[in-house]
Amino acid sequence: MALLQISEPGLSTAPHERRLAVGIDLGTTNSLVAAVRSGIADTLPDEQGRHLLPSVVHYRRGVDPEVGEAALEAAADDPLNTIASVKRLMGRGVEDVKRLGNLLPYEFSPGASAMPSIKTVAGDRSPVEISAEILRALKLRAETTLGGELSGAVITVPAYFDDAQRQATKDAARLAGLNVLRLLNEPTAAAVAYGLDQSAEGVFAIYDLGGGTFDISILRLNRGVFEVLATAGDSALGGDDMDHALADWMWQQAGLNEHADRKLQRRLLRDARAAKQALTEAATVAVQVLRPDGTVWQGEFTRATLVQLVDPLIDRTLAPTRRALKDAGLKPKDILDVVMVGGSTRMPRVQEKVEAFFGRKPLTTIDPDKVVAIGAAIQADILAGNKPDSDMLLLDVIPLSLGLEIMGGMVEKIIPRNSTIPTVRAQEFTTFKDGQTALLIHVLQGERDLVSDCRSLARFELRGIPPMVAGAARIRVTFQVDADGLLSVAAREQGTGAEATIMVKPSYGLTDDEIERMLRDSIAHASEDNSARNLREQQVDADRVLEAVQAALRADGEKYLSRDERTVIDAALAALHNVRTGTDLMAIKKAIIAVDTATQAFAARRMDASVRTALAGHRLDEFKS
Amino acid sequence: MQADLGKNYFELFDLPVTFDLDSVDIASCYRALQRRFHPDRFALASEPERRLSLQLTAQVNAAFQTLKDPVARARYLLGLQGVDTGEDTDTAMDTGFLMEQMELRESLAEAREAADRHARLESLRQRVEGEFETRSARLRDCFALNSEPALRHARNLVREMQFLQKLAHEVDELE
Repeated sequence: MALLQISEPGLSTAPHERRLAVGIDLGTTNSLVAAVRSGIADTLPDEQGRHLLPSVVHYRRGVDPEVGEAALEAAADDPLNTIASVKRLMGRGVEDVKRLGNLLPYEFSPGASAMPSIKTVAGDRSPVEISAEILRALKLRAETTLGGELSGAVITVPAYFDDAQRQATKDAARLAGLNVLRLLNEPTAAAVAYGLDQSAEGVFAIYDLGGGTFDISILRLNRGVFEVLATAGDSALGGDDMDHALADWMWQQAGLNEHADRKLQRRLLRDARAAKQALTEAATVAVQVLRPDGTVWQGEFTRATLVQLVDPLIDRTLAPTRRALKDAGLKPKDILDVVMVGGSTRMPRVQEKVEAFFGRKPLTTIDPDKVVAIGAAIQADILAGNKPDSDMLLLDVIPLSLGLEIMGGMVEKIIPRNSTIPTVRAQEFTTFKDGQTALLIHVLQGERDLVSDCRSLARFELRGIPPMVAGAARIRVTFQVDADGLLSVAAREQGTGAEATIMVKPSYGLTDDEIERMLRDSIAHASEDNSARNLREQQVDADRVLEAVQAALRADGEKYLSRDERTVIDAALAALHNVRTGTDLMAIKKAIIAVDTATQAFAARRMDASVRTALAGHRLDEFKS
Repeated sequence: MQADLGKNYFELFDLPVTFDLDSVDIASCYRALQRRFHPDRFALASEPERRLSLQLTAQVNAAFQTLKDPVARARYLLGLQGVDTGEDTDTAMDTGFLMEQMELRESLAEAREAADRHARLESLRQRVEGEFETRSARLRDCFALNSEPALRHARNLVREMQFLQKLAHEVDELE
């Protein structure tokens, strides 16, 4: 048996190895991946030098799907198999999709879970699987550029994303083989990119006008803690609407009739977008339209025309902005800085209007398309342990209250909105009928009092309650929200000592079986050796465990472990070390679990001791900061 | 396997088990614990450590919510001494206090409609805050005495402050 090498305390075995970690902005229209290299965070381009990856997936029969630019080009010829804007469907149930249905050209088929699937030539594909394709493309780009395997990623989500949408995003990452270090709110990421976390205290507005959506978030920075105070937006308003307004104008000026062909419409739209972008620099832009009869209309866009066309659209962003400020109990003058996010904020007119509204110049020095990914990369670098001295701490809050259905179709809130996460809350409930042996637990998210006005996250039954008179059973329901904003719920009958605990995954999400199946499918599609890939993943996991435990032993092994306990841990580590280089997948899995079990008491003791040191040293910390 | 769950909130924050605490101290302990134990600090740690970090931070968040709010802190402190404030079960209140509350609520309703709404709401807010502060000071004395009658009195004060807090919140909503 190979013995594990253990270095003397205080002596590190190897020079600190930099871990590769990326930030990913998984957007509705475009996605980006960014990393910190040589101390600078920037987005990573593909081989053609393009940073933006269109969030479009084109499915084909018998071959791997195309993602990005190539998929976008296929959209015109093969619209039913080319999926765009899939982010709008993430974590959505069949009912939600029906509501969105007329906006989307796809054919849906009901899935095994409550999640809808889109029919494609390559089979039914869920939004999670489609998003995973985009993430896979970004992962590949990052690993090629950075020259190694990623140890983790920070993925951004809109601040208003509910539990279902966050879980779906995390499932997609898992499917793409990414280790998610953290889901980060997009506005928080933008604030981090500008280094606002280093600044004094204050309230910031993040104005995010993308291609098809508008979001405004009000963030408060309070002693190193970022807190989302309010968010609002318009999910059907963005730069695309401006292009349409300009194209419509050209249409009218050129005297075209109602029935011109689709091709001409698309060309007009493309010219309109080019003209809009050119007007960022130029005062006028010449445009022309080739009419179907072969004649040509010549004209020009002036800034004044542009303003007249886009102002009504920009004004529509100010209504949600006012609403968000009101929700936060603030006035425009209370905002310390405004961060601009999204390609459409490049328009000088948008910047002017935002400046006029808040009475201060917005921050525009970082490319508004990249700012979210850059902030995520900075956070990923810290979470991967590459900046051990960093003091940054992003504490998020849950955007919407979580609760349970009680009698009369009412919602009892368990965790109120804006609670700092992670958080755990428990509440006791009881039976209302004599001899009742089961209880239906219905988990909801939202601010309203009626069940019908809130979003249903999960339903599950607690069974095996011993028969008692009504009101005698004591059922403790515990809600736990982790740092990513993901919820798990457990229920337990405690009155008689009889215990039944159920952990639920919200109903929109995928069952573990479904994820297994998708993993298998996707691996088959990627035409990779299935077992080799799984094995590689387990080995990476094993390395992570070995490294983490060895570091902990080096630091505190002497202090908190008896000779016998140390022997047990060393044996478990040696066993893992032994199987790690082998090819037996299950053996590695089991060895990892054995190490986890062997180190539980050690971990708890270290944590307890850390609590004392953290507090003993904190007054000193305060002087420093 | 759980970390530290036997400790009460004061012990967790390494603060004396007393009502009279400085909010700056509470916040700085909170930040020190968060900096050390937030799950972000354990992103690549072993599974048991990650789980402990999640449990511990959740508990730190709960403790901070309780300790930073004087009413919640007092209620928790009474609970530690075996005194249940019983807001849900015991609705009997001092008649004088209830009369005063009714009067305050009438002023609130009137202010809502009045032309000088903002001035009225402001003066109402000041009055409610004054009442609250008076009780807060008395509460401090009660906890300092720590006798049985003092704790009984503290229980009533907590119940009254709960009313006032709710009213102050409603005033804020209207302003």
